[in-house]
Amino acid sequence: MLYNEPSPLEVRVLTRRFGLPNSASIDTYLATDGYKALEKAFDMTPDEIIEEVKTSNLRGRGGAGFPTGMKWGFVPRNSPKPKYIVVNGDESEPGTCKDRLLIENDPHQLIEGVLIAALAVGASRGWIYIRGEYRYLIEIMDKAIAEAYARGYLGKNILGRGFDFDLHTHTGAGAYECGEESALLESLEGKRGVPRIRPPFPAVSGAFQCPTILNNVETFSAVPAIIRDGGAAFAALGTPKNGGTRLFCLSGHVNKPGVYELPMGFNLLRMINEVGGGVRGGRALKAVIPGGSSCPILKAEECDLPMDYDSLAKAKSMLGSGGVIVMDETTDMVKAALRIMKFYQHESCGWCIPCREGTTWLKKLLTRMDEGRGSSNDIDLIADLAKNMLGRTFCPLGDAAAMPTISIVEKFREEFEAKLAASRTQSKFVVV
Amino acid sequence: MTFSPKLEEKFAALLTHYPEGRQRAALIPMLLYAQDEVGAITPELVEEVAKRCGVTPLQVDEVVGYYSMLHRKPLGKYHIQVCTNISCMLVGGEELFEHACKKLGIGHKQVTPDGLFSLEEVECMGACSWAPAIQIGYEFHHKVTPEKLDELIEALRKIQ
Repeated sequence: MLYNEPSPLEVRVLTRRFGLPNSASIDTYLATDGYKALEKAFDMTPDEIIEEVKTSNLRGRGGAGFPTGMKWGFVPRNSPKPKYIVVNGDESEPGTCKDRLLIENDPHQLIEGVLIAALAVGASRGWIYIRGEYRYLIEIMDKAIAEAYARGYLGKNILGRGFDFDLHTHTGAGAYECGEESALLESLEGKRGVPRIRPPFPAVSGAFQCPTILNNVETFSAVPAIIRDGGAAFAALGTPKNGGTRLFCLSGHVNKPGVYELPMGFNLLRMINEVGGGVRGGRALKAVIPGGSSCPILKAEECDLPMDYDSLAKAKSMLGSGGVIVMDETTDMVKAALRIMKFYQHESCGWCIPCREGTTWLKKLLTRMDEGRGSSNDIDLIADLAKNMLGRTFCPLGDAAAMPTISIVEKFREEFEAKLAASRTQSKFVVV
Repeated sequence: MTFSPKLEEKFAALLTHYPEGRQRAALIPMLLYAQDEVGAITPELVEEVAKRCGVTPLQVDEVVGYYSMLHRKPLGKYHIQVCTNISCMLVGGEELFEHACKKLGIGHKQVTPDGLFSLEEVECMGACSWAPAIQIGYEFHHKVTPEKLDELIEALRKIQ
């Protein structure tokens, strides 16, 4: 099912089957070039598959943007241990709702992507980790997996080519932290989702301490098109080093919020105005969080830029998970900063101190500021505290909490000052 | 402790989904599916799941404490979860949550006296582009207005 009207500006590669009758069924999939890429991959060597993925310039769609082909190349194929594939379907970054659609509308595309990855590294087993709230997707995925077993695309001797592969779904039970790859692996093994120290990276020691390819749902879903049409064709859709399309999730103050598949490098202002129908109520644009709530915020005047990993990095933000959160001129930025911090404080696993204490104190300070009880040195204290979390936590959650906070304080300082001025209840003594 | 035949079948299959000797991996799915049937993570359930996954009850308890969907007290028959995270907040998620509190006469993580409804303010549920969103149990509802929420609640009351 689709929840918003598609846009004529979309370039539909991963979403090409969306909207077809019974798009999730194996019959629809097979009738629309489904599992053709797998057949092609069977005639390729593992190195050729990995090379094709490298050529495509596909980069991790979960948030980090690491080159996928390179990640696959890190798996020690001569290791005597079994190799595994893990799909990260723990989609929980605020602003992100795309993996949901990929599983709901085209689960076989994901299965085919997983199978191609399995061929590339000689994996025997895989799991699709799906967040617990997405129960209906687990049911859709289980049905698709059962269809694939019944038609010989999973199980023993797949397509008569002597290749065995088993695939299962695995439910989470509510934890943002489990979207971080090493925490996800802990959760898969039946433990609290506390991140692991790295190295070793999952490619060497992942699920059950065996070499593992772990990628996002969207990343795996891009693989069949890459093998079917060639890595070069996929790369050509995007910008240099940023291959293909991506599913952007437009939310917030736009007239037509929705998930849209657009080429990498699509201009952000154009996305808001032409794909998203402009800012709601004809109001002025104030700011955009370009890739999920952990990304540094962009002011309206910074938004005339191509949406790819490198352009966003140059603008000191991130493409992240594709969650484009649009804020109009009426948005209270102190409130926005507080709501974002509340989330990270709630989701911090508490394992390492800078994150556990940092998010807790930042939430307190931002609450005080928002409620008009702030003191004049709170603004600098918030920025300073957040900066001291950067790079000092075990996993990226600390950075994820700090980055939007620092950028909001720096770019919208006057709003914090206005709250202080309005409150007139500044206390002389502040206990921190 | 035994579960319904359907769930027993599911659990038997689940234990085969992981490498030999790593059956602890079935722990979190087993807890969540069992909770759906039993209504809460009871001490008895902890013991049972521990036995089936080959871990100690303490190891189960520490997992139960970590995951937000696992809870030791029963929820209402209809568990209403309102997202107030940033994308929902921008288009009225917080007001929707406040409206739900008033409508049901309960607050965050509380249950109505008749046990019919429980309410929870939740973090991002992955419906940002169709916000504000709620889940009733596992069912998503998109672009929910206070009026639409009232209708949903009234419809559920009528089923009783």
